[in-house]
Amino acid sequence: MIVLSPVAALGRAIIALLAVTGRVTLFALEGLSHVFRPPFYLREFLTALLQIGWLSLPVVGLTAFFTGGALALQIYAGGARFSAEAVVPQIVAIGMVRELGPVLVGLMIAARVTSSIAAEIATMKVTEQIDALVTLSTHPMKYLTAPRVLAALIVVPVLVGIGDIIGIFGGFVVGTQQLGFNPATYIKNTVNFLEFSDIFSSMVKGCAFGGIAATMGCYFGMRSGRGAQGVGEATKASVQAAAVLILAANFLLTSVFFSS
Amino acid sequence: MITLENVHKSFGPKQVLRGVDLTIPKGESMVIIGGSGTGKSVMLKSVLGLIAPDQGRILVDNEDVTKADRDAFLARFGMLFQGGALFDSLTVWQNVAFRLLRGSLKRPKSEAREIAIEKLRRVGLTADVADQFPSELSGGMQKRVGLARAIAAEPEIIFFDEPTTGLDPIMSGVINDLIREIVVEMGATAMTITHDMTSVRAIADKVAMLHGGQIKWTGPIADMDASGDPYLDQFIHGRAEGPIEAVR
Repeated sequence: MIVLSPVAALGRAIIALLAVTGRVTLFALEGLSHVFRPPFYLREFLTALLQIGWLSLPVVGLTAFFTGGALALQIYAGGARFSAEAVVPQIVAIGMVRELGPVLVGLMIAARVTSSIAAEIATMKVTEQIDALVTLSTHPMKYLTAPRVLAALIVVPVLVGIGDIIGIFGGFVVGTQQLGFNPATYIKNTVNFLEFSDIFSSMVKGCAFGGIAATMGCYFGMRSGRGAQGVGEATKASVQAAAVLILAANFLLTSVFFSS
Repeated sequence: MITLENVHKSFGPKQVLRGVDLTIPKGESMVIIGGSGTGKSVMLKSVLGLIAPDQGRILVDNEDVTKADRDAFLARFGMLFQGGALFDSLTVWQNVAFRLLRGSLKRPKSEAREIAIEKLRRVGLTADVADQFPSELSGGMQKRVGLARAIAAEPEIIFFDEPTTGLDPIMSGVINDLIREIVVEMGATAMTITHDMTSVRAIADKVAMLHGGQIKWTGPIADMDASGDPYLDQFIHGRAEGPIEAVR
């Protein structure tokens, strides 16, 4: 028995993981199905657009700007070992658009939006506001989940696009002000090097990460336990799950887009 | 008429309802009493379909609640939650008119606002609270707003979950009187759960005592004091000694 106990523990963990995966998948599918079925709650959708998109702009912009700048410095320092300093604009562009832009925006959204959605919905659950919605003939998935998921699917790719541009701009500022690049050449090299597939992959990743971030916030919020501790646990679990899933999805999507 | 037949509900190993049988005739005010954790809220939420019973049937006007069209079914209900359950992100009038701003009962915004303000007046609140947010109101005012929301769509059946919990005795009296007046005025069927005996005497036509997941006694309020039921007697007189075990 003692010999088998680690095996049993592993089995239990795998079963638990599969059960959670199944529940999250069903939840996500149900949430998505409500996106396409009336009634539609326009006010909630617009509020979610504002919360997820507009109000996330400062944190996304600052993160992308500093990362783009740091990336330019690193590439310049690393490239100098091979006399390849000139590739800074191209590598900053490709690094920001293909990877860092979507991932950083995804993680920032997980930190800012997933946590806020989970805490809000969990508090609503704890204070019986979700039950109140049901008694007022309003489906919680339709009223709370669908508008947030739809807004995230639409607005996070836009944020990623903005993050990509600001990140490249961060690299441009460092490259031209500190590293001695010619501004016109820097812009020309950046624009010429980027391909449509780079930008397309960035947008697809943004869409996927937005969907993950909003769905995780709603899922853990709706499943929150009682009291302040329940809200705290739901918030923590939602951010952890969203961050891990975003990084895993990023790996998968990068494999799909660029493995060949 | 609301009928519960042999309703059972467990949460994991904990059996909360163990065969509840109860009938609430149309237009009557039934108050369910019982100690904390005896399953009063579970019973109420089962009638609303918020919790699915493991066994037994719940009928509203002879229609099984699990088979009824949810929207049409819920449109007949109003509910006052224990903590108010007002939506923090909406103003007071938007909370009250929630049902009138969306779904099958949707009205033009101006009409919905007018109805909301009228309902707020009905529960003793002035129109100037309409544009405030719930967090700006006191507990008693939040309860009144919750009551206004419960009656906004003129429901046939109203549920009150611990309507006086957390209120001072005077505000409790005000809420009890309001509930009684509104139920009589609307001719609604009412189901209230509480362990506040002042509320029971103010609101009830009939009383049911829930203990150990079963209805121990039910009858008209006038018979309550002379019921001879040891569980009910212990509860209404608040005695520590008796068949109901008190944890000390």
